[in-house]
Amino acid sequence: MEMPTPDARLIAKKPELVARLQSVLPAEAVIYDDAETRAYECDALTAYRCPPLCAVLPATTSEVAEVLKICHELGVPVVPRGSGTSLAGGALPTADCVILGVARLNAVLETDYENRYIRVQSGRTNLSVTGAVEADGFFYAPDPSSQLACAIAGNIAMNSGGAHCLKYGVTTNNLLGVTMVLMDGQIVEIGGGVLETGGLDLLGLICGSEGQLGVVTEATLKILPKPEGARPVLLGFDSAEVAGACVADIIRAGVLPVAIEFMDAMLIEVCEDFAQAGYPKCEALLIVEVEGSAAEIDYQLGLIKGIAAVHNPVAVQEAETADQAARIWAGRKAAFSAIGRISDYMCLDGTIPVSELPYVLRRIGEMSAHYGLPVGNVFHAGDGNMHPLICYDANKPGDLEICEEFGAEVLKLCVEVGGCLTGEHGVGVEKRDLMMHQYSAADLEAQMALKDVFDPAWLLNPAKVFPLALSNAHRVAAE
Amino acid sequence: MQMTPTSEAELAEIVRDADNPLYIRGGGTRGILGDGAVLNTTRLNGITLYEPGALTMVAGAGTPLAQIEAALETEGQMLAFEPFTFGAEGEPTIGGVFATNASGARRVQVGAARDFLLGVRFVDGMGNVIKNGGRVMKNVTGYDLVKLMAGACGTLGVLSEVSFKVLPIPAAAITLAVNVANDGTGIRALGAAMNTPFDVSGAAMVSHSGSAGGKCLIRVEGFQGSVRHREDSLKPVLAEFGTVSECQDDPWPRLRRLEVFDAKVDATWRLALRPGDAAAFVTELAKTMTFSRYYDWAGGRLLIGARGSNVTKGSAETPEAGLIAFHHLLQKMAAKTGGHAALLKSSLPLDVARFQPESAGIAALSRGIRAKFDPKGILNPGVMG
Repeated sequence: MEMPTPDARLIAKKPELVARLQSVLPAEAVIYDDAETRAYECDALTAYRCPPLCAVLPATTSEVAEVLKICHELGVPVVPRGSGTSLAGGALPTADCVILGVARLNAVLETDYENRYIRVQSGRTNLSVTGAVEADGFFYAPDPSSQLACAIAGNIAMNSGGAHCLKYGVTTNNLLGVTMVLMDGQIVEIGGGVLETGGLDLLGLICGSEGQLGVVTEATLKILPKPEGARPVLLGFDSAEVAGACVADIIRAGVLPVAIEFMDAMLIEVCEDFAQAGYPKCEALLIVEVEGSAAEIDYQLGLIKGIAAVHNPVAVQEAETADQAARIWAGRKAAFSAIGRISDYMCLDGTIPVSELPYVLRRIGEMSAHYGLPVGNVFHAGDGNMHPLICYDANKPGDLEICEEFGAEVLKLCVEVGGCLTGEHGVGVEKRDLMMHQYSAADLEAQMALKDVFDPAWLLNPAKVFPLALSNAHRVAAE
Repeated sequence: MQMTPTSEAELAEIVRDADNPLYIRGGGTRGILGDGAVLNTTRLNGITLYEPGALTMVAGAGTPLAQIEAALETEGQMLAFEPFTFGAEGEPTIGGVFATNASGARRVQVGAARDFLLGVRFVDGMGNVIKNGGRVMKNVTGYDLVKLMAGACGTLGVLSEVSFKVLPIPAAAITLAVNVANDGTGIRALGAAMNTPFDVSGAAMVSHSGSAGGKCLIRVEGFQGSVRHREDSLKPVLAEFGTVSECQDDPWPRLRRLEVFDAKVDATWRLALRPGDAAAFVTELAKTMTFSRYYDWAGGRLLIGARGSNVTKGSAETPEAGLIAFHHLLQKMAAKTGGHAALLKSSLPLDVARFQPESAGIAALSRGIRAKFDPKGILNPGVMG
């Protein structure tokens, strides 16, 4: 993975930088000791590591503005960091950068049930947003697997999804406004408690811009009343392709479950070992969840079981109790941790048209045999967002490279069948160099032109998203 | 002068060669008035891909909305965001729907036009063909120019092709009507319905102009059994706000055509407000102005219609002057609440900024974006500021 050569002049300025940052932040909010900056050397893409020059943990929007003004003046790159759960290396530092962590920006600022929104500081964790409103019968819908740890700031940066976005949409569909600090320290308010922004949809642009356009410090999020009830059914099949065909049939039939999750034999086994979820042993498993009153749930599950019956399922298990339902989800949401116990792995995130699921699953199986690396599949099948987990041995020379080549081939296949490189994790550094497989140079120039507007000096998270060869001209022009 | 390209390449050539303003026009139904040579997109038409099993369609921007909806209906599917139209006037195009982010009643449940737009192809102001997004449900590959193009009214590029998500038509629907004594009660009734778990898919209020009170309309959709269950569950919630009955005729098609005002109006505005602010906004406005009103999205959207001859209750010299004064008052009041007001359509020429003026910081960013995408300043100049 190529990263820009760290700027020795900036590294030499470290004492001045630290002193100036300490002048605007409490002492404990500036981390510069080499032993301590190591804590920020990577995110959840652990294959790549590099300690930053220093890390700062501001607690207010104005502190963020002060930090950015200083970095802007000194020409120091800034890498914003939510909770560091990015699987794409979105928060990977460079040796000459400041990590701006939002962990101390964790307050709930306002809850408004009349207008159905909550305003929070961006370091608040995803699950704790729901935690702040659930006693009153509400929830925040996007639910990435890492929701216990991941920050709203990172959710906005990557436009995160989750299992239930089949019904409720991803972050961008649930975000009403942000307070954002531009690289030069200017604070802007975009959107707010109303449903639509007035002019250009800057909010839509900010969401998913991977921390390259500004640092989001506060967010207004849509909250929804909790459904009367929800219940999953497990459908086991004797082949992944048949399970894929069943998904397409469910969608086609007009039943819209809130979630359709897929797991293959490898993931069923490791998740069952990890979480004792009660999964049946089979080649492929679907978790299909529906919501509503008890009678509505029975009716919808009846329809789904009817559709599944055509595909000769080897297991049909309805969750009978809330505890069983919770265990089924615990198993699914622990998938990445569970496989992490048994192997190093790389998690892909390509999205494909649902109709292509059977074909793409078969091709991934063939590639696995070709590259000699096992692959497990666990993903949001309802919207075609795949998460092949390629296992490798980090201690075996060359294995990571083979894994990356395998991963790149899978993502190219996703694009080939009409899909995309990443559905919810983001590009980061991980998929940066594959962007030309999906977009032309002109397409990417149009995107980079937007960064030129928001961050003309190209100091915010500069080495991500765009292939370095393409972004080089912009980065050099900015110097 | 009018240019009607038949291909994206031809469209790109026209824009590349243009030095003077282009007035981009699909069906011409959405009240966007531009100066300059007309660039007509209606021959960039046709459905290029429809996969009912993947809930996606791809079509040329100039494809008539009616053609899209007819194709969807044969498969039992729909544009779930219910794009509004201006009655029988003209032939709206799918490009115009997305370029103006035109969403209707079901937005309150499923999201806006921009939330359903999956991918775009467009020609920027220099004549470059750009694509963004794709045709899959989840896509975070690079920046989201799809959202940026939705609602940009063609000012950043001329849409040539759009791909979008569709949904199944619900098996059944019921609308409850609640007669309420005043707007404040009505908005609270709509909010109470929204705050139940019964998945309300329409929450609007219609009123007679000049009179307090009106009728709340609350829709639930789904399987027959679900709809009955939700209706039975909602009735007691709504009963405390007024008399509840079940609508015998479906009121939503009329609302979707914006046939919402009881009197003829010269101009229509759309406002985005916090629902809790909407009724007080109307009360305040009514102190000095005469107008018709219609609340949608549980009060999050307010449509206002007015006649130049009586809007200012006689204080303006001409109908145009009256509507212009009204326009400025709407934007001033909307700004105070953190909302915004935009002129949707006017049958009289009004020399006003259609959209709410933005804060200095936002305006500078928007200007910067326009300068990058349309450096010649030729794409619908002045339409958005």
